[in-house]
Amino acid sequence: MSGIFLAGTFIIALLLFFNKNTFLNYLLVSLYVFLLGGFIGYEYLHLNQTENVFFKPDALSVLLLSVLGIVTLPAFYHAYRYMVTHDETPHSRGMFFGGMIVLISSICMAYTSNNMAVMWIFTELTTLSASILIYHHRNLRALEGVWKYVFVCSISISFIYIGILFLSLAMKDNGINTLNIDELMQNATQLNPFWLKLSFLFIFTGFTVKAGLVPMYSAGIDAKDKAPAPAGALFSSILMNMGFLGIYRMYAIVCKTEIQHWAAIVIMLSAILSLFVATVYMSHIKNIKRMFAYSSIEHMGIAMLGLATGGIGIYASILHIVLHTFIKPALFFQFNQIYRVYESKSIYDTGYYFKYNKAGAIVLLLGFISATAMPPSGLFVSEFLIFQSLFEKHNFIVLAMVIIMLTTIIWGFGSNMFKLLFTPPLYIDEKKIPKSNPWESLSQYILLGLAIYFAYTPPVLFVQYIEEAVKLI
Amino acid sequence: MSEVLLITFIISLLLMSTANRISTYLNILVFQGFILFGITLFSLSEMNTVNLILILMETIIFKAIAVPVFLRTIIRRNHINREAEPSVSNFVSLIIITFIIVVSMMLSTQIKNPSLNKTVFVVSLSNIFTGLYFIVSRKKIITHVIGYLIIENGVFILSLAVGNEMPMMVNLGIMLDIFASVLILGIFFNKIGDVLNDPDVSQLQNLKD
Repeated sequence: MSGIFLAGTFIIALLLFFNKNTFLNYLLVSLYVFLLGGFIGYEYLHLNQTENVFFKPDALSVLLLSVLGIVTLPAFYHAYRYMVTHDETPHSRGMFFGGMIVLISSICMAYTSNNMAVMWIFTELTTLSASILIYHHRNLRALEGVWKYVFVCSISISFIYIGILFLSLAMKDNGINTLNIDELMQNATQLNPFWLKLSFLFIFTGFTVKAGLVPMYSAGIDAKDKAPAPAGALFSSILMNMGFLGIYRMYAIVCKTEIQHWAAIVIMLSAILSLFVATVYMSHIKNIKRMFAYSSIEHMGIAMLGLATGGIGIYASILHIVLHTFIKPALFFQFNQIYRVYESKSIYDTGYYFKYNKAGAIVLLLGFISATAMPPSGLFVSEFLIFQSLFEKHNFIVLAMVIIMLTTIIWGFGSNMFKLLFTPPLYIDEKKIPKSNPWESLSQYILLGLAIYFAYTPPVLFVQYIEEAVKLI
Repeated sequence: MSEVLLITFIISLLLMSTANRISTYLNILVFQGFILFGITLFSLSEMNTVNLILILMETIIFKAIAVPVFLRTIIRRNHINREAEPSVSNFVSLIIITFIIVVSMMLSTQIKNPSLNKTVFVVSLSNIFTGLYFIVSRKKIITHVIGYLIIENGVFILSLAVGNEMPMMVNLGIMLDIFASVLILGIFFNKIGDVLNDPDVSQLQNLKD
């Protein structure tokens, strides 16, 4: 099935690049949605079965795949709305949808691949397709964003490759001759610890560019800022999950060996620094889209904190990224409607959003509550569990630092959000504001609702999948 | 023989640190491509012939000819100043790169693993870090790209260390080379000339908080 899926993606993307007809464009995109749905269903039914040598969907990949399926539908809808309101040419529209489809497919393949090298190849592909989306506007700023993204990603991908080379050096003496993740996990104790350490360091550093952690986070921020909001939503949800999965798989190998403690310290350090960076920028940022992007960095940092702490923290970190995948796209999707009202990204030009778009304003308010993990937000549950695991491990200093940083983030996020929602704007020509359609915000309500539903009354299957994923470590 | 070539390779890094003009950098890249050809020929003796020919072709055609020629065209077409304009003096660069090489040597003495050729490790590690240093210390976009290519060369040498056991790794490295170079140079660097008249990174510094 993965072969059919890849071939189908390739054909549809190629047709989209060359097609100029509007109706055919939407037909192809809906065809792709069906293909994607079929692929996810197939992988769900064939759990833990190897196909095409390199692919094997385990519980974690099926979980992330289904989340991807849920987020992709509204992303296509909002991309369609974006195209209509911006009067795009058929060519740039085709490029955009084609890039989006290749991005989603390569993320799917990276989720299901059971081989470090194959995962790395699809990580490369995401860089290529993401750069098409970032360069959509073809102006100087977009060029700058895409240049930085491509350059930093290329260096990070080289780092992952170096890490894989070190990994193969680690197994050179022991007769293991494959990069299959299952076999690596089984034979982890035989790997040479020195090379494994170096390998972990490089692979971790490489995947931070996709996950949005210190040290390589900066490229992702510019990417989410310059790409159109529907693409930004994908970057800050499913693409970040791919980075998380890469780190998770590598950590699962390292966990079976004696260097587990050292690796946990590395992850912890990166998580705290990411939180620190997010705090510093969130406290004075004035660009709405970049604010959302830094909030994603904060959440990835929290998830990594749970992963490094262990115990209940690992369960919580997976729950955290799943819930974050619902919440952040909702905010990004709403951004297009904000932009239509104020025609600016700066918080200084905005205000009184409740007056201009009630449905959207409530999305923003709920999204703010959700993203800052105040109850009834779903993230409250996962953050609480992560704090609990920190408490159980007697990491009080880390806990105190994290709580102080999170408070600062809530303050920065809140002051911008309330300015946007309630304070009257300095200058605005009310006649120019287009009438907003409340139904456009429906998808965001559903996403935010799902985040609450999955946190407080999780279905049995959902819990079971997370528990199976936790068993890897 | 491959030891001699590897040492020549490291000397080329020192030469690069003192170079003033971009064309000298490109000449050194060509030189490195030819050395890589030699190293591949001598070290991958156990590999099957077809694959070996593919890898050798890549080092010659891609690393030594295509990329430098392409960079030269870009420089000419975009009227890039031929001076490298480093932000630190050449003398300091020379000392830093020497320091990088010494540190890699000290690191390699820590390894108690008989199966690894230590010269390969030292050369590739110092190449990777020199590339990173080049990216940090030079201002032009084109010198950043050259720094990236130096990193690629270092990674390629490292992949030769496992090449005999896992030929797939070397092929993956080639894929990375071609993919990244095409992405950075082919699709992208052409566009910079269209949007920007003077390709200097100082003009790409507007995205910040």
